[in-house]
Amino acid sequence: MTRLKDGIAPGRLSAAQYRDNFSDLHPPLDDHEALVAADRCYFCHDAPCMNACPTSIDIPLFIREIATGNPLGSAKTIFDQNILGGMCARVCPTEQLCEEVCVRETAEGKPVEIGRLQRYATDTAMAVNAQFFLRAPATGKKIAVVGAGPAGLACAHRLAMNGHEVEIFEAKKKSGGLNEYGIATYKTVDGFAQAEVNYVTAIGGITIHNAKSLGRDFKLADLTSDYDAVFLGMGLGGVNALDAKGEDAKGVADAVDFIADLRQAKDLGKLAIGRRVVVIGGGMTAIDAAIQSKLLGAEEVTICYRRGAEAMKASRYEQELAASKGVTIRHWLAPKRIHDKKGKLRTIELEYTEVRNGKLKGSGETIEIACDQVFKAIGQMLVADDLGVGGRLELERGKIRIDKEGCTSLAGVWAGGDCSSTGDDLTVSAVAQGRDAAESIHRALAG
Amino acid sequence: MADIRSEFVGIKSPNPFWLASAPPTDKAYNVERAFRAGWGGVVWKTLGEEGPPVVNVNGPRYGAIWGADRRLLGLNNIELITDRDLYVNLREIKQVKKDWPDRAVVVSLMVPCEEDAWKAILPLVEETGADGIELNFGCPHGMSERGMGAAVGQVPEYVEMVVRWCKANTRMPVITKLTPNITDIRKPARAAHAGGTDAVSLINTINSITSVNLDTFSPEPSIDGKGTHGGYCGPAVKPIALSMVSEIARDAECAGLPISAIGGITTWRDAAEFIAMGAGNVQVCTAAMTYGFKIVQEMISGLENWMDAKGHATLADFTGRAVANVTDWQFLNLNYVTKARIDQEKCISCGRCHIACEDTSHQAITQTVNGKRMFEVIEAECVGCNLCVNVCPVEDCISMVPLSPGSLDERTKEPVHAEYANWTTHPNNPMAKTAAE
Repeated sequence: MTRLKDGIAPGRLSAAQYRDNFSDLHPPLDDHEALVAADRCYFCHDAPCMNACPTSIDIPLFIREIATGNPLGSAKTIFDQNILGGMCARVCPTEQLCEEVCVRETAEGKPVEIGRLQRYATDTAMAVNAQFFLRAPATGKKIAVVGAGPAGLACAHRLAMNGHEVEIFEAKKKSGGLNEYGIATYKTVDGFAQAEVNYVTAIGGITIHNAKSLGRDFKLADLTSDYDAVFLGMGLGGVNALDAKGEDAKGVADAVDFIADLRQAKDLGKLAIGRRVVVIGGGMTAIDAAIQSKLLGAEEVTICYRRGAEAMKASRYEQELAASKGVTIRHWLAPKRIHDKKGKLRTIELEYTEVRNGKLKGSGETIEIACDQVFKAIGQMLVADDLGVGGRLELERGKIRIDKEGCTSLAGVWAGGDCSSTGDDLTVSAVAQGRDAAESIHRALAG
Repeated sequence: MADIRSEFVGIKSPNPFWLASAPPTDKAYNVERAFRAGWGGVVWKTLGEEGPPVVNVNGPRYGAIWGADRRLLGLNNIELITDRDLYVNLREIKQVKKDWPDRAVVVSLMVPCEEDAWKAILPLVEETGADGIELNFGCPHGMSERGMGAAVGQVPEYVEMVVRWCKANTRMPVITKLTPNITDIRKPARAAHAGGTDAVSLINTINSITSVNLDTFSPEPSIDGKGTHGGYCGPAVKPIALSMVSEIARDAECAGLPISAIGGITTWRDAAEFIAMGAGNVQVCTAAMTYGFKIVQEMISGLENWMDAKGHATLADFTGRAVANVTDWQFLNLNYVTKARIDQEKCISCGRCHIACEDTSHQAITQTVNGKRMFEVIEAECVGCNLCVNVCPVEDCISMVPLSPGSLDERTKEPVHAEYANWTTHPNNPMAKTAAE
């Protein structure tokens, strides 16, 4: 029986099960549902939701525009602040942002469905390719953007709008960054990431060079000499190590690679997954990897996190989603050693942890969990070598240090998104930083 | 348990909830369903004179406006009086009254403004055993173009004349239904009273166009691209009806004239308010057309429970209790000072009170206190207007609190006076009456 086959094996489920498991997590609202949901908005003054949004979308206004039968106006309100509003509607942890502070959450414990309404408006506009922004007269300035992820795309769009020419250099074959390679499949179905890239770049003045990697294919110095300004938004290319013995064993993989393979897989039935999977980590990547392992047919999936539930970066909602899909989350466990035999994983040994004197310590006691596959999801890091650091580009806690304007320590170079010191792992924050850096570049070039 | 049995101009019904003359009372089938659901009475949909029945449009008859979640707030219609044969209606009325002797069955009538027309129809209705008649002087569309309905109701002399004919030609109680499409509702009420009517009922529907179709530029409801004004009713008209009922209830010339209240009555609470405003009973239509006949169960139990809670044993215990409290603006107490108070425990921080006050009123509600989002009333600016209460989405979160006599009104820097004082004696009033020494 394929479903219960030991080891790492493909084809655990039927084609229909794969289709069901990886369909849209939250189906789009239809017209009626959108009107009912929009009617619940109180049109707050100086709305808490709007203040909680990293891109400061005027949420009460866009919802009122939906309620009054003006979805295109609504989409324009969203895109004014966040040109990747379509993806953010799908992936934002709204339960920690706008919806957490919704006054109807305060009043009734049931917020207005802001995320789904945002998707309704942006989907409506994108379905008819309604373009809302015209480019300012050409400035003759050329700007290089490294990375075609959320930060880079948002930056490029705003630069193009301001009349500049933009060239994006993207290491991967496809554009979109984590939107294309790093987000759970069921959050962005039907090739939405690519559709969004096309929608954003339709403004004109943006050229994307794919499979061009900083450090490998060109150097930062090339860009600073050839362009009027440079924006770095390449994200975090490296993965933190577990610090556990045996982590190089076959069957131990990076969760980000697993998620990327899944997103790019043409036939999920050919994607191998362990019967028993352990995911190490406590963030969104850990949750996405664990849930999707389960959806691919793994019998047992366990997330092991070295601290308690409240310290997990994944939101409570995401933790509950994982639990609802049958994922077990275990806390206060740190990986010590991977046990394998004849090239096959057998168990992972973890040490119980505790906080002593404010520091996380191992307790000395361990547990072994049987597993065929282990995914590492304990964070990503900037591959600083690519930047040719050693010059004037300063880092801060391993990321590119930027100021409020998004300026790095190097004149003419801006940065934003996950690779920057103020990046916080959220698509929506990356969009805000890219957008704001573009305005800063525009001001600098005009001045 | 409170006794909600009703007797209106001698007509008894087990409760004060009647269905108004309208589509829900057009035939025995509907009326029997209504009686089974618990309605105390019906006013049968308006009968016209003998002859070929009237013809209705075959396109939409109703238009509407909606609130949030598409709750129907106002309905309008361009339907005419019954389009069924007169004798079919009369036969059904007779049978229904026979089968439901404890329920009120009143028949609405509209015939040309000639005595013979009324003389002809009255005996036919009397023969059915119906409890009374209601004169439809209110219908604002269609029939009014033919000199009936509102065309009569808008001319007090005609109202008096027709009432007189009816009183002279039938033993049945006569209820005169008034149109609100008139400047002073007391004029036709007085005329009906002078003509000897047993009661008035009001309001009939209000001239209205619910919307314009922005694709075709035709008014709604639209018949082949054209529309006409229809009669407006439903929750949106309740305040207008309540005001008109109060005008008659407190009019000296109409003293003692029974009133059957109509206009947007949707819940037991609306009904209790109209009865408190002097109505002997209430008539309902739009609420039934929106939700079906079952709503009468809520109305009955709600009214009974409220009466029990307040110690009202019968309807008479509170009928008209609000009438004496309706007065003219000039007699309102200018020494009564209120300030808004926001219950911070209940506040959900939507900020609507602030922006309403800031943009459109008196800048009397904060947005931040000590740098934090917080909505508090600035007493020195608050005029006590009540707008914040009305826009607040949380019930009882903001209340208007009267300042006690002797305390300082921060806005005027004047102490609050205990004694009553109104505009008629106010020093700013050039017409002020000086007290006789």
